[in-house]
Amino acid sequence: MRLHARGLPQGFAETRIGQVVTTPVSGDRSDFILYSRSEPSDCRGYLAVITPVPQPVVCAAAPVVWGVHGLDYLVDGDVIAVDPTGFVRTLYRRSSRHNFILATEQCNSYCLMCSQPPRQMDDFSRLADHFRVIDLIDPATEDLGITGGEPTLYGDRFLELIAHCKQRLPNTALHVLTNGRLFFYRRFAERLSQVAHPDLILGIPLYSDVDFEHDFIVQARGAFEQTVIGMLNLDLHDVSVEIRIVLHRQTVRRLTKLAAMIARNFPFAFHVALMGLEPFGFVHRNVDVLWMDAAEYRDELSETVSILSAAGLPVSIYNHQLCTLNVDLWPFARKSISDWKNVYLDECEGCTVRDDCGGFFQSATRLHNKIAPIT
Amino acid sequence: MSSFQLRDAFLPHDGYRLLPFRFLQIDGGRKLLVNDTGESHFLANADFADFVEGRLDVYRDTYLDLKAKHFLFDSGSLAPFELLVAKYRTMKSFLSGFARLHIFVATLRCEHSCHYCQVSRVSSDRSRYDMSAESASRALDLVFQCPATGLKIEIQGGEPLLNFPRIRQIVTEAEERARGAGKDIEFVVTTNLACIDDEMLAFFEEHGVFISTSLDGPADLHNANRPRPGGDSHARTIDGIRRVRERLGNDRVAALMTTTRRSLSRGRDVVDEYLARGFSSIFLRPLSPFGFAAKTSQTTGYTVDEFLEFYFETLDYIVKVNASGTYLAETYAQILLRRIFTSFPTGYVDLQSPAGAGIGAVVFNYDGDVYASDESRMLAEMGDHSFRLGNVHTDRYGDIFGGPVVRRIVESSVIESIPGCCDCAFQPFCGSDPVFNYATQGDLVGHQPGSEFHRKNFAIIKHLLLQYDEDAAARRVFRSWIGDR
Repeated sequence: MRLHARGLPQGFAETRIGQVVTTPVSGDRSDFILYSRSEPSDCRGYLAVITPVPQPVVCAAAPVVWGVHGLDYLVDGDVIAVDPTGFVRTLYRRSSRHNFILATEQCNSYCLMCSQPPRQMDDFSRLADHFRVIDLIDPATEDLGITGGEPTLYGDRFLELIAHCKQRLPNTALHVLTNGRLFFYRRFAERLSQVAHPDLILGIPLYSDVDFEHDFIVQARGAFEQTVIGMLNLDLHDVSVEIRIVLHRQTVRRLTKLAAMIARNFPFAFHVALMGLEPFGFVHRNVDVLWMDAAEYRDELSETVSILSAAGLPVSIYNHQLCTLNVDLWPFARKSISDWKNVYLDECEGCTVRDDCGGFFQSATRLHNKIAPIT
Repeated sequence: MSSFQLRDAFLPHDGYRLLPFRFLQIDGGRKLLVNDTGESHFLANADFADFVEGRLDVYRDTYLDLKAKHFLFDSGSLAPFELLVAKYRTMKSFLSGFARLHIFVATLRCEHSCHYCQVSRVSSDRSRYDMSAESASRALDLVFQCPATGLKIEIQGGEPLLNFPRIRQIVTEAEERARGAGKDIEFVVTTNLACIDDEMLAFFEEHGVFISTSLDGPADLHNANRPRPGGDSHARTIDGIRRVRERLGNDRVAALMTTTRRSLSRGRDVVDEYLARGFSSIFLRPLSPFGFAAKTSQTTGYTVDEFLEFYFETLDYIVKVNASGTYLAETYAQILLRRIFTSFPTGYVDLQSPAGAGIGAVVFNYDGDVYASDESRMLAEMGDHSFRLGNVHTDRYGDIFGGPVVRRIVESSVIESIPGCCDCAFQPFCGSDPVFNYATQGDLVGHQPGSEFHRKNFAIIKHLLLQYDEDAAARRVFRSWIGDR
């Protein structure tokens, strides 16, 4: 499944973000983008029209992108953006539990294994688009992620973003992925707390129990200091914190000690996520420093989960195939890979636990754990 | 890694400094280091020398271990100090709720005549030994002046079921007041279950009352320890446990055992009895050195060393039982392991600093007198009223809980300042029992080298630390106890 497609534009001046409709609607059409599988007959009033029809469409009343393929999964209520270049991006799918908002591509860290490498460009103007998406999302949505880049770089406007989610989507659990560094400033943590979002969790990575190891991994001096104090500040102000650990050669080395450190210092954590490496982005550039087959650290992982569980911390293991884990860890393994990038290998045919297994990243055919199907 | 910096670029280069810690030569080759927040680390003697003399190499894992556990720091970073503060605050958080455990002695009467019992009376004189409705009501006035939002009331005796109307009154009145005050409240009735009936069970079910009972082992041992008319204590207790479980649920009853001289050779039998009765925890408790127990110590009592031998043997057996797949936690080890391996306080008032007597728990005696602890009122039954804090009919909350007795107890039980304790590596895991010190040594602070409290706790803490470090099977079992909520 691809979350974007390219067609040819006609009549565009600016990006349009709207809710997908697949059949004509009456009344006010100004929030809707018509997805017409055949030549559209009535385009009037729509924000835009997209269609797989392979030639220009007779329609003066709305901008159109024609020749769009690969978005057959779209249903009414999904939210898409259509650019003047003919680029169509799926921003929200009603049927998915993996919806997220990519707040910004800028970041104040530069992690060795970043799956979404940061870009140095001022893209803060996208915030208006994010507000618009939040306005269009079905309020019955159960979960929404906010990711980046580093979302807190918006500063005060990050708080407004959370407040907007609270106002428009009061029943949607909000999961923000942040390095937590800016919560070093206690007032920022306090003000986030004052937003009083009813169901907010900040997922914050901690990669080592020792500052210079963590700082090396995130390639930022002083990051450990800021993140650690940030987490204390968030706890002080009753904001829920999840600790996220990406597993690779640099983090596995002291993994059990990191677990003990978390148990001692952050027993308040809402959840600890132990995550297999996503084979995207910088991973390929740093593969020699990072790559480690899951089989090589399976015992450390068992010990780690044992330490965290003894501290009463809920633990999940993400992005691992069941056959790479010791059986004692199976209850902790989650099918975590987002539906749109999840695949299984040919070897997985005939595996008896395939249905319970999280499988692989779509792009993992190049770089993945050695597997041994369970028969 | 062209646009990335190498690991070496992030290493500190100005040397390191020590953070405060205590240590102990735990075996021939190793020191054990423990800091104020209970972080601990074993270090070979040679490494210890390198470490304290500033020669530890930043490339060694030991350097990273000691840094992560806050035994050293090496840059201008604030994080170690903020983390130490947070851990220390968590460790001492038991102080913030003040005396939230309220023990009511509903009656001193009991139909058992246990050899080790400190206080009970076999008597039918209700007017002399039962708590009055008025005393209970006045005591509740004090309970609801406690600043904690979560309160706990434990009703004991004697045998409290012999004064069931008082239980009924305390529970219903407390519930009503808790609703009005917006407080959470939980109830425990400590009973031998010998005379429990359906009316009582229905009441406990309706009010979510938790039952704590005594089970000393198999029938012969239990009945020898706990005589009653008819010699049927064991049968009645077992039947009572069954009825409580049927009516209230499996998790609503727990049992405690008291170790007597007779028990010393029977550790396995006691454990097997707990397993046979389906318990998931057992508390191997030594005798309290008070009351009748002191008088009968030749036949009932034993030395600390005898107790420790029994304790370790039985603990080994319990660990084996767990390792082969049956969960059974030993409560005292569980409390200490949580102290050693987590930042959280345990709520166990008999092992904290300052001591829990009067600030973690308080006892309302049958006659309205208020005592700092169960042991304090036992001492009073022997004629020594040193730890009487006041009386529910004549004294106000501030006079009782802020009075000279409580102040003396607190001042005398801060182990951070007690000779012998202040230098002890195990200090963050331990506590003080000034009432015990007073009863056994005539002084609240006590003399640690001669203290049975010290000998017992030092030996058990050391045993647990070493076993956790050296025995992987035991470590897994211990973790399951620590994590059990």
